[in-house]
Amino acid sequence: MSDYAIQTHHLTRYFGAKRVVFDLNLGVPCGSIFGFLGRNGSGKTTTLRMVLGLLSPTWGSSSILGHDSQSLPPHIRARIGYLAEGHPVHGWMRVRDAQAYQKRLYPRWNDDLFRSVLEFFRVDPKTRARNMSRGERAGLCLAMTLAPEPDLLILDDPAIGLDPVARRSLLESMVYATRRADRTIIFSSHLLADIERMADHIAVLDYSILRAQCSLETFRSCVQQFVLRFEGPPPELPPIRGVIQCVPRQSEIRLTLVNVTGQTRALLENLGAVRIDEIPISLEDSFVSYLGGTLENVRLPETPKVAELAGGVA
Amino acid sequence: MPVDISIATGSSVPIYRQIADQVCRAVATGLLVAGEQVPSVRALAEQLVLNPNTVARTYADLIRDGVLEARKGKGVFVAKRRVVYTKAERLRRLDSSLAAFVNEGIKLGFTPEELCEAVERKLREFEAAAEKGATSP
Repeated sequence: MSDYAIQTHHLTRYFGAKRVVFDLNLGVPCGSIFGFLGRNGSGKTTTLRMVLGLLSPTWGSSSILGHDSQSLPPHIRARIGYLAEGHPVHGWMRVRDAQAYQKRLYPRWNDDLFRSVLEFFRVDPKTRARNMSRGERAGLCLAMTLAPEPDLLILDDPAIGLDPVARRSLLESMVYATRRADRTIIFSSHLLADIERMADHIAVLDYSILRAQCSLETFRSCVQQFVLRFEGPPPELPPIRGVIQCVPRQSEIRLTLVNVTGQTRALLENLGAVRIDEIPISLEDSFVSYLGGTLENVRLPETPKVAELAGGVA
Repeated sequence: MPVDISIATGSSVPIYRQIADQVCRAVATGLLVAGEQVPSVRALAEQLVLNPNTVARTYADLIRDGVLEARKGKGVFVAKRRVVYTKAERLRRLDSSLAAFVNEGIKLGFTPEELCEAVERKLREFEAAAEKGATSP
């Protein structure tokens, strides 16, 4: 058995001339809670749909639970729980209709789990899906995804449109789902707070390209911020490997770097600064610096990859 | 565990570190005493709504540092204080946290005297908390 619940090899997809996913080598370790990050339109949903075999790649391949995504046998499909983006439900169904409908399809259906998730979201079982609030609908969707006791859970932006209370219910359900230690969860999200609580591994997609793939801790420790203070206006900086953001102020420069090496440190120390301080940085700030802000800079061909240092799967 | 652990996302301190710091503080102030059981990884993860691997990681660190101990089949307990580091290592660790403290203090414009007072005040707080911890049921 492979150590990865999901693996992709040079997975690529174009829609017409538009490149949506490019040369993606992803590895989701078994038993991990894997956060899939990236800005809107970066290719996350398309990747997940290819991995699930719902969409064929332009080239490249992927496997899920050890089987090729494009020819998944039903008994493997039954071990995968997929929550599609936007919490789609059949509007006319009440909770018990949805339960009866889904239950027949899955041999390992767990009624207790189904009920627990609905309770987390305080869904009244008599409501029809079309009359449910966004949060209740998310609860119903999640219950239908979790109750079949899947080995692998794929949640495409499960927190989208949820209020803080429903979001917390979602996270509680996810923690609950990890009671089976061998279960793998991959979820995409824009909410760094949720990533921080839930993910042990992350992958970051940007403009269809994988920019980082490592443990959350590695990502945090690879992105560092320094303030260099000078006795006058700061000098023009030479090119420094790994700089992702550079904000000069009156007599200081704030630098955000990835993969700082001894060499980089030596370079920083030779710029004539009177002091150099490392400033602790939050996950959100490191993520925004890594992907956002000075885009011209980030898109440089020698854009540093966290995965280089992290020993990613690639 | 009579200690309320709370965590904050969006902090520059990673969550596993936040938990470890709070457990250490509770032990140092006597809120947690040697031999007391702490919640299981699963229970704390569900209480704080966290990835259980994060809690497991914190516990592993605290066990390595001799703050907690795992008893097979029974759970995780506060360890009797024992020295897991050599004197030299303890001095090294103390020195690096002192350096950070002094740097920050000077940067904020405090005088050396004020910094010494601040340390003494903090130690008195700890002692007071420890006495309270020891007398409470």
